This record gives sequence, C-alpha cells and structure tokens, in this order.
Amino acid sequence: MAYRLAGLAALGDPTRRTIFELVAERPRPVVELAREMPVSRPAVSQHLKVLKDAGLVTDRAEGNRRIYAADPDGLAELRAYLERFWTTALMSFKAIVEQPPQEDS
Amino acid sequence: MSTQAAETSVRTSIVVEAPIDRAFRVFTEDFDRIKPREHNMLGVDIAETVFEPRVGGRIFDRGVDGSECHWARVLAFEPPNRVVFSWDISPQWQIEPDHERTSEVEVRFIDETPERTRVELEHRNLDRHGPGWESARDGVAADQGWPLYLQRFAGLIV
Repeated sequence: MAYRLAGLAALGDPTRRTIFELVAERPRPVVELAREMPVSRPAVSQHLKVLKDAGLVTDRAEGNRRIYAADPDGLAELRAYLERFWTTALMSFKAIVEQPPQEDS
Repeated sequence: MSTQAAETSVRTSIVVEAPIDRAFRVFTEDFDRIKPREHNMLGVDIAETVFEPRVGGRIFDRGVDGSECHWARVLAFEPPNRVVFSWDISPQWQIEPDHERTSEVEVRFIDETPERTRVELEHRNLDRHGPGWESARDGVAADQGWPLYLQRFAGLIV
C-alpha cells in the first residue's frame, strides 16, 4: 500500500525525522518548528505534509494557525519500525543461512 | 524480497538458497545473530539472545552484566514449517505484562525446491498494543518515550 511506503520514506529523511521527533515531544505550530530547524518555513510545511500523508502526523486549527501533533494511535509509526526491523532480520538470516556450513559435516 | 502489509500487520518475506530443514534450524538456533542488536531494552549491551526451541519457551536477551529481558513467548514450534511467538513489547518500548495487549509473529518456511526455501514473516494484531499511545506519551519522560523509540528506528535505517 502507498500508505506503508509513505510511512517508511517519511521517516527515512533526517530532516523529516527531526520534525517528527519535535511534534512527538509535544504538539507545535509550523512557525515554532521553523525556528528550531535550519530550514525555511515552506520547507517545514512541505515535510509536515509528507508526514501527514503518511499517517504519522495530525493537525488541528487553533485560532489562525495549525498545530501539528504525532498521530495519536501511532500505529503507522509502529508498523514502519517493525517493517524495518524484520526486513533487516531476514536479510541477516539470508546471509547466515547461505554461508556454507562450517563445523557441520 | 517483497514487503506488504494490512493495516494491523506487517508482512515481509525472503527466498534463501538453503533446504527447508536447514532454514528452520538456522532461523531458530542462530536467532541471536539474526535479530538486530539495536533492539535492546536492557540498560547494558546484549551479550546474547536466547531462543528456547519449544512451545512455552521464551525468547530473551541476556545483557553483558547477566541481566535478562524476556520479550517473547514461543506459541507454536513446528519444525521445519512454522514458528509463532508473541511480541511482549509495548509501543513505549517496555515489557507488556498483559498478554491481551501483545501482538504475535508467525514465520512460515515453504520449500520451493529441495535447495530453496521461501520464508514468510507476519507480525500481526498490532492494534492489540493500543490504544494508549497518546496517554503513555504524555506520561512518559521525553527521553524514555517516543524519542527513544525513534532513536532506535533511526538506528535501523542504514
């Protein structure tokens, strides 16, 4: 599903991961995120859009600004993490199982 | 290798050039070398991961100081076809004592040829871990909650 791919790709980018960590710490508006990051406000908005499309971040209106927060149920992040975890594990498994047996006869 | 997933599960598979018996044996006996080391709930480095090869057995990490972290229970052990174990780790990265709130991992071994095995892994019932992320996140110190979890996630991205 595009959803899953978006989740992995979204957290694979270091800038985006930092933004996600900031909003996971506590909900924040774009302007505050832009202040803490060495990137422009439009760039932060673009990253937030990707995170939102990936289901990792939600937003709500508060007065005339939008507040961004980590997705409350976090399932997308959990799935992205586990997918990476098990893919890494199976790749290690393949490398190990395809080695010629050493002590076995 | 391919990866696909339903909403509450994660699936991944791989084809290895090994007979099914060997594939099953290596997966369970060498699990210590297969599990990514970054995944660690102990306060110290992991010396080894032990996989007890029987129903009712446990999978646990043993730290370099001898401490143990039991994070899975073996639910099915059917060589050379299938193994199922629980995932007793909460999204807050702590051991989940309530078995109703744990997910499970099934690994199936399918012989494509006498020398080639397809391994399909499904980590399912992820929704059993929640809800509660939000409250847990609010109640857990920043360095123990999500950021730590993300740090580990980042560690796995090579």
